[in-house]
Amino acid sequence: MHLDHLPHGPAAVSADAHRPDGTRRALRIGLGGPVGSGKTATVAALCRELRDELSLAVVTNDIYTREDAEFLLREAVLPPERITAVETGACPHTAIRDDISANLEAVEDLEETVGPLDLILVESGGDNLTATFSKGLVDAQIFVIDVAGGDDIPRKGGPGVTTADLLVVNKTDLAPYVGSDLARMAADAKTQRAELPVVLQSLRGGSGVADVAAWVRERLAAWTA
Amino acid sequence: MTRAALLVLADGRFPAGGHAHSGGAEAAVKAGRITGAGDLEDFCRGRLHTAGLVAGALAAAAVLGVDPRELDAAADARTPSPALRLAARRLGRQLLRAARASWPCAELDRVAGWFPKGAHQPVVLGLAARAAGLGPSDAAYCALYESVSGPATATVRLLSLDPFDATGVLARLAPELDAVAESAVGAAGRAAARGVAALPAASGPLLEIMAEAHASWPARLFAS
Ligand SMILES: Nc1nc2c(ncn2[C@@H]2O[C@H](COP(=O)(O)OP(=O)(O)OP(=O)(O)O)[C@@H](O)[C@H]2O)c(=O)[nH]1
Ligand SMILES: [Mg+2]
Repeated sequence: MHLDHLPHGPAAVSADAHRPDGTRRALRIGLGGPVGSGKTATVAALCRELRDELSLAVVTNDIYTREDAEFLLREAVLPPERITAVETGACPHTAIRDDISANLEAVEDLEETVGPLDLILVESGGDNLTATFSKGLVDAQIFVIDVAGGDDIPRKGGPGVTTADLLVVNKTDLAPYVGSDLARMAADAKTQRAELPVVLQSLRGGSGVADVAAWVRERLAAWTA
Repeated sequence: MTRAALLVLADGRFPAGGHAHSGGAEAAVKAGRITGAGDLEDFCRGRLHTAGLVAGALAAAAVLGVDPRELDAAADARTPSPALRLAARRLGRQLLRAARASWPCAELDRVAGWFPKGAHQPVVLGLAARAAGLGPSDAAYCALYESVSGPATATVRLLSLDPFDATGVLARLAPELDAVAESAVGAAGRAAARGVAALPAASGPLLEIMAEAHASWPARLFAS
C-alpha cells in the first residue's frame, strides 16, 4: 500500500521506496548464507570499502543476541550508532523472510536517527540454504557460501544459491587445504544461476572484495537513477 | 463481522514479531522452573490469570472504543518492569504495522501518529480487532491465547520439548481460557462505562523480576 498522500503522516507500513517525508529511502541489501561462511566479514569489508563515499548503516540478525553487531563494533567499521542488532528468537530466517516487522523497524529507526542514508546492509545470522530475504525487507540480496563448507554446495542449489542477486563463494584461500575444486564450484554456480553474477572472494587475500563493492555501487546507481 | 478475520489475527504466523519473544519462558527455563510439559502448564496457567487477564481486558476495552492513550497509560501502570514495557511497546509497534497493512483505516493511522515508538501490544491488538470488524470477546481471546501460546512455542525451541506435548498443554488450558476471557470482557465493559481504573491489575511479580534479569543477559535466544 502507498501512503504517499500522507507526506508528513505516520511511518510507512511497507517497503515503499519513499520515506514518509517524501524523500527516497536508503537502498537495502541483505546478506545471507550458511553459518560461518563470512557474512559479517563481508559486511565489514564492504563498510571499509564504501564508508568514505556513502552514508552507511548495518542491521544484524543474530541467533544469540548481538555477536555479529559486537564484532562490527570491535572492528570499528562504522560508528556504533550506525549498527543495530535485531533479536530473532532463535530463527533468523523468520525475521528476514516470514515476519520482517522487527527488521523494518530497525532500518526505519536508523534512517531517522543517523540518516539520510544511502545504503543499509542487513545481515542474517547463519542459517540454512533455503534462507532468503523477503522482498518487503531488502531490494537485493547477496548469498555468501564458502569453499570450506563443501564444494558441492553450488551443485545442490537451493533458493539462496540459485536466486540471490549475487552469489559470493568466499574463503577461496582455503581451497587447497580443504580439497575444494574452485573451478567446479564456479561451473556449478553458473549452471544453477544462468546470468546471475558470482564472485569468488578471499577476505584473507583481499581478492573479490572490489568486485562485490562494484556490484553494490551498480545497484545503488540503479536505485537512485 | 467476519469470523475468518479472527483466524487471520490469531494466526501464530501473523507477521507481528511475536516469534522473537518467549513470554518469560526463556528466563523460567534457565532458572529451572520449566523443565517439561507439566511445569509449562503451570507457568502458562499463571500467565493466563495475571498478564493474560490484563492483556485480554485491555484488548477488549480498545474494541469498545476506550481511548487508546488512556489504555496505554493503564497498561504502563500495570507493568512494573521497564523491560516488559519496552517489549510490549515494540510488539505493539510491529503489530500496528501489520494491522495497518491488513486492515487499512484512519483510526489505525491516527494511533500510529500518537505512538511513533509503539503502544502496548494488547491495546493495539484490540484496535486491530476493531479495524477487522471483530468484537471485544474476539480481541480478548486473541490476547489470552497469545499469552500462553508464546511461551509454549518458545519452550519447544528452548527445551526441544515434544511439540505434541506443548500443544496438549494449550488444549488442556482451553476451558480455563474461556472463563478468563469472560472476566476480561466483563472488566472491559466496566472500563468503558466507568473508566480505565475498572480494568484488572493482576500481575506475576516473578515474571516482572525475571524479565528485568533476562533483559540484562549478554546472550539470549529471545527478546523477552
Ligand atoms: N580463511 C578465511 N577465513 C575467512 C574468510 N572470510 C571470513 N573468514 C573467517 O571465517 C570465520 C567466520 O566469519 P564470519 O564473517 O563471522 O561468518 P558469518 O557468515 O558472519 O557467520 P555467522 O554470522 O555466525 O553465520 C571468521 O573466523 C572469519 O575470520 C576468508 O575469506 N578466508
Ligand atoms: Mg555473522
